[in-house]
Parts: sequence; C-alpha cells; structure tokens
Amino acid sequence: MRGSLPRILAVLLKEFTQLRRDRITYAMILVMPVMQLLIFGYAINMDPRHLPAAVLSHDTSTLANSVVSALERTGYVDVRYLPRSDEELDQLIRRGQVLLGITIPPDFTRRVLKGERAQILAEADASDPQAAAGALAAVSVLPTEALRNERVGLGMPRSTAPPFEVVVHRRYNPESRSPFNIVPGLLGIILSMTLVMMTAMAVTRERERGTMETLLSTPATPVEIMVGKLTPYVVVGLIQTVVVLVMARGLFSVPMARTAAGWLALACGIVLFIVGNLSLGYLISTVARSQLQAMQMSMFYMLPSIFLSGFAFPFLGLPPWARVLGEIIPVTHFLRIVRGALLKEQVLADMGNDLLALGLFVLAVAGAALARSRTTLD
Amino acid sequence: MNERAIDVRGLNKSFGDRHVVRDVSIAVDTGRITGFLGPNGSGKTTTLRLLCGLLTPDSGEGTVLGLDFRARGDAIKRQTGYMTQKFSLYEDMTLEENLAFVARVHGLEQRRERVEDTLHRLGLFDRRRQLAGALSGGWKQRLALAAATLHEPRLLLLDEPTAGVDPKARREFWDEIHTLAAGGLTVLVSTHYMDEAERCHDIGYILYGRLIARGTADSIIRDSGLVTFLGEGPGIDRAAHLLAQADGVLSASAFGAAVHVSGVKREALEAALAPWRKEPFRWSEVPPSLEDVFIQLMGRERDERYTS
Ligand SMILES: Nc1ncnc2c1ncn2[C@@H]1O[C@H](COP(=O)(O)OP(=O)(O)OP(=O)(O)O)[C@@H](O)[C@H]1O
Ligand SMILES: [Mg+2]
Repeated sequence: MRGSLPRILAVLLKEFTQLRRDRITYAMILVMPVMQLLIFGYAINMDPRHLPAAVLSHDTSTLANSVVSALERTGYVDVRYLPRSDEELDQLIRRGQVLLGITIPPDFTRRVLKGERAQILAEADASDPQAAAGALAAVSVLPTEALRNERVGLGMPRSTAPPFEVVVHRRYNPESRSPFNIVPGLLGIILSMTLVMMTAMAVTRERERGTMETLLSTPATPVEIMVGKLTPYVVVGLIQTVVVLVMARGLFSVPMARTAAGWLALACGIVLFIVGNLSLGYLISTVARSQLQAMQMSMFYMLPSIFLSGFAFPFLGLPPWARVLGEIIPVTHFLRIVRGALLKEQVLADMGNDLLALGLFVLAVAGAALARSRTTLD
Repeated sequence: MNERAIDVRGLNKSFGDRHVVRDVSIAVDTGRITGFLGPNGSGKTTTLRLLCGLLTPDSGEGTVLGLDFRARGDAIKRQTGYMTQKFSLYEDMTLEENLAFVARVHGLEQRRERVEDTLHRLGLFDRRRQLAGALSGGWKQRLALAAATLHEPRLLLLDEPTAGVDPKARREFWDEIHTLAAGGLTVLVSTHYMDEAERCHDIGYILYGRLIARGTADSIIRDSGLVTFLGEGPGIDRAAHLLAQADGVLSASAFGAAVHVSGVKREALEAALAPWRKEPFRWSEVPPSLEDVFIQLMGRERDERYTS
C-alpha cells in the first residue's frame, strides 16, 4: 500500500495537468454551476403568479368590475386583455396568450341583486394542468371574497350563500391528464438531446481523429460538408418523431392533430425544429476542440431547454427575464407548436410567431456555423 | 508539356510568432519526383500544406499546375493528391468504403471500376472489406496512397509516405510512384530516408523553414565541397568518437564496422586524421553520401544562426 502512493500521486498530478490544459472544461467546471444556479434558482417558481388572463365582460356595472379587481388582487393572475367577443377570447386562449379567460354574462348584476344564481364562466387552458391549476386557484376564491364589501353596502346579509358561482371549463385537456402535456413536451426534449449531441460531435470527431485534413484536401466546400453531414440526422429526427407520436397515441392516448391543416402545421414545426437543432449541434462542433467539450456544451444547452422552455414548469409562470431567455430557445417554440397542434387544434395561422422564431433560429445558427467552417487548417 | 508543375516564390508562414516557413521558393518540373528532406520540425509538412491549399500563406506567389496557387485553390485541389503524414482516412470504414467516398467527393465517373482497379493495382483487393483501422501501418500507407491517387491527380504531395513501412513494401511503394511519374505525374515527397532521397529525381533540403539546397543528389553532393574518408579496422568506432571532437572534422559517425569522417577543408581534415593513420586502421577517400552532406548542412546552418 505504501508503495502505491507515489503512483497514485503520479496519476493524480497527470490528471490535474491535463485538466488545467483543457481551458473550456476548466471554465465549465466553474461557470456551469454558478450560471445554472443563478438562472434556474431565480427563474423557477413552483407557485407561479401573475399568469396572464383575459376578461370578456358583457356587463359594465361596478359589480362586474369589482369581480375583476378581486381576481387581480389574488396575485395569481393579471388581466392583460379585455376582448370584445367570444371569438377574440377564444383565440387568446387557443394561441396560448392567456391561461385563463373569464366571461361575465350581461345579466350578472341583475341576478346578483335579485339573489338569483348568478354565474361567471372561467375557461382555463388545461393543456398544461400545472399552469391551469395556478390560474383556477385564483378563481376558486372569487365567490366568497369578491363582493364582500359591496354586499354590505347593498345591505345583504353576510352569512348567506355566495352571491354567484364560477363555472369552470378546463379546455384542451378536461381531465387534466399530465401525459397530454408531458409526452408532446418530451418529443422536443428527446429530439434536442439526440440531435444536438450527435451533430456536436460531427466536426469535432473529424478534427480529433485527423480525418479533417483529408476532408479539406478534397474539393468539398463547407456548405457541401455541412449539408452532407446533417442530412442523415434529419432522417434520424423524423424517425424519432414518428416513434414518439405512435407511442404517445398508443400508450398514453394523447390526442393527435385532427385535420390536415393541423398535421401540416405540426410537420412544418417539426422540420424547422429538427434543422434548428442540427445547426446548433454543428455550430457547437465547429467551436469545441474535443468531443468531451462538445458533450459539455450540449449539456449546457439542454438544461435551459428543460427548465425555461415550459417543459418542466409553466412558461407563463416564469419571471419576465427568464421568459426572454426562453424565447431564444427553440424548444420553447416547438413545445407551443406541438401542444398547439395536438391538443388545441391549432393550424398554421395560430403558430405564425413560433414558426417564424424557429425559422430565424435556423438561419442565424446555420449562418454562424457556416461562417465558422474553414476550408483550411489554420 | 514541359512546363513547371510547381513554381512558387517567397513562401512564408508563421504560427503566432513562430516563423515556420521562410522565403521558400520552389520549382518542380512536370513528371519529376522531388524528395523533400529536412530534420523534424523544419517545415516540410507545413510547406506541403501550403502548396495544396490546406494552409493560407502569409506571403508568396506563383503557380501550381499552371494556376495561381493563392486564388485557384479549389481548382488545384481537384487535380492534386495529398497523402498526410498521419493516417487520416476513416478508420471505422472499410477500404472499399473509404475509396468509394473519395471517388464520390471528387465526382468521379465509373466509380466502381476505378475503385476496384485501384484496389487491384495496390494489392488491396483481398482486404477491401476490412476496416481501415484494423490495417497494419504499412497497409494503411498503401491505402492512403490509393486514396490520394484515385482521382488521377496531376500532382501528388506525399508526406513521409513510408514511415514505418518494411523494406519490401517500401520498394513496391517507390516502384509505384515511379510508374506514376513515368505517366506524367509530378511528385513531391517528404522523407527522412536517404535511400529514398536517392530514388528521387532531385532533392530539396529544408532547414528551419529555409530551403537551403536544391538539385539532384549528385549536384548537391558536388556543391557541398565535402571531403569524406572511410576508416576501417578493429576499434575504429572508438576512434570515431575522438575524431568527432577534432578541429577540421564536421562529422564522424559509424556505419557498421566502418566510420565516415567528413570536413570541408581537406588539409584540416588530413591533419586531424594523421594521428590515426596507423595500424590496425585503414583509410580511403570516398565520395560523401547524401547523409554526410545533410549533416554538414545542418551544422552549417547552425553556425550561421549563431553568427547572425
Ligand atoms: N498548427 C500549428 N500550430 C503551431 N505550430 C505549428 C503548427 N503546425 C506546425 N507547427 C510548427 O511548425 C514547425 C514545422 O512543422 P512541420 O510539421 O512543418 O515540420 P516537419 O518538417 O513536417 O517535421 P517532421 O519531420 O517532424 O514531420 C514545427 O516547429 C511545428 O511545431
Ligand atoms: Mg512533417
């Protein structure tokens, strides 16, 4: 045992020496935990507040306004939109701009005053049950809290039953089945994980093994090399997509797109997303100097894709700065597209922004990867 | 078609503050085999990479295959075969797959025939289904040569193509290169082996990034002005050791049972040898070998560096 100490020391010192040479790994060891902790520590809030809501009020009385202010006072929701019609409200919910839509009927005040059973309608986007639960928590306290002062003013007895009730609609996922939300989300995570990591090795491997020298001495141009290297993985991505969707349907009964327009929208999103991930992997591989570095960089990208995209936590429940970060990540847009197409019957028109964002991502990242590709070894 | 396949002047390349190739001007006639010699780290690989467009020169101009070598890199690449010093084909693909890839990337027609021809020509046909990574060193070199010549280039740049290859395989390798050159191919080949240098039509010797000798082996030997004596007899190797320190002796080294003692000044050399001209030693003047000359060239350059 005493004899092996110097040898242990030899190996130990060698490891430290190599670690020190590998600058990026070195940086990752420090930067990774600090950055991830700062970002996710502050961004992730298990009790999301200020979720966006819309109120469609057919009743302009002060009583109705009191209900709205009571809703905001809970802190769980912010009323961001005041649509004028059912269609407008419906579109806000379908496109994911609000998580909660409140409709106050025209006879609300009259019925409250008369002591008849007044009702308001609360529609929550339950495609993400976790987020919907947050919004509905705010609604549930309304009947007892909302008109407390007004009722005293109107001389109503305090003890009677609540003056109105809330009818709750959980749309898109009425039974709040979490697989409906998680499984489509997993498609995005699985695709990112495999595609980014696989292509992140693409150029790095050639450089590490020395085959880059042969490749560069051929007439192949950087664009040709990139397209040639990435195309097989488009096929890989499509196969994975089919497998995940078939299992989602077969094992978890996740709804599928119901119209051709829905499938078309989904297909556009999937192709853009796959190409975006591949470009990102390729960009990583032009930067990383070893395959290990490529792995680390891919991991560095995966964590925000999980936490800030709306996969693990409701996107609308994140603080604004984290949502800005999230908007940069393709998974965020992809999740909206997949959930939209599968659960919310969205078509191309509903996904315009997300498809555009994915398109821009592809252009920017593929451009950067090409700009970094070299035809020479220097 | 007696133009120059390579005609570049004033080639320079630095990595950071290391000036690795200095003012190299090199001309190679079509169909010639030029050996490229020089000690480790003298800039052979770098020069070859500059010539085939894998590195961008800091300065320099001229033509390769009649094309402006700085502007027409793509066109030059198409007609040049480059065999790297380190094996750089795909080890996880078979020989056949590697060659098929090279054939495709060069846009060759009748790929299948050409790949098979090449496999036959280099004696690789029986191993075509083996993974390249599983080949021994010598066979890897053959495969690399096959890949570099598959597209029938007009210029072949070989970087130490026979390092670690057995004598028989080396001879076959050189026969192959001579056959190709007879067909009009121009070859620039770096090597550390003197016998290979002698198989070249002419030689370039590069040292610390400078091309300091150029011409046929004979002319380089003649121009060196070197005088060499061959000493034989029991215990001569110990004598060589002492001779090496003597004034007027540039090098004294053992060749088996004999020693080569060289110097540039005949009188000084004779004077140094005088104490050893006795039994049991026998001395005779011989033409210097290339190696003697190169060792002298290395010494000379070092002296110049100290004085400058
Ligand atoms: N990419 C690079 N970055 C920095 N320095 C380099 C690079 N490539 C080569 N060098 C340096 O340039 C010098 C010449 O190297 P080169 O590989 O051309 O020598 P060589 O003559 O081929 O040597 P050898 O006979 O060992 O193959 C060496 O000092 C080497 O360290
Ligand atoms: Mg070299």
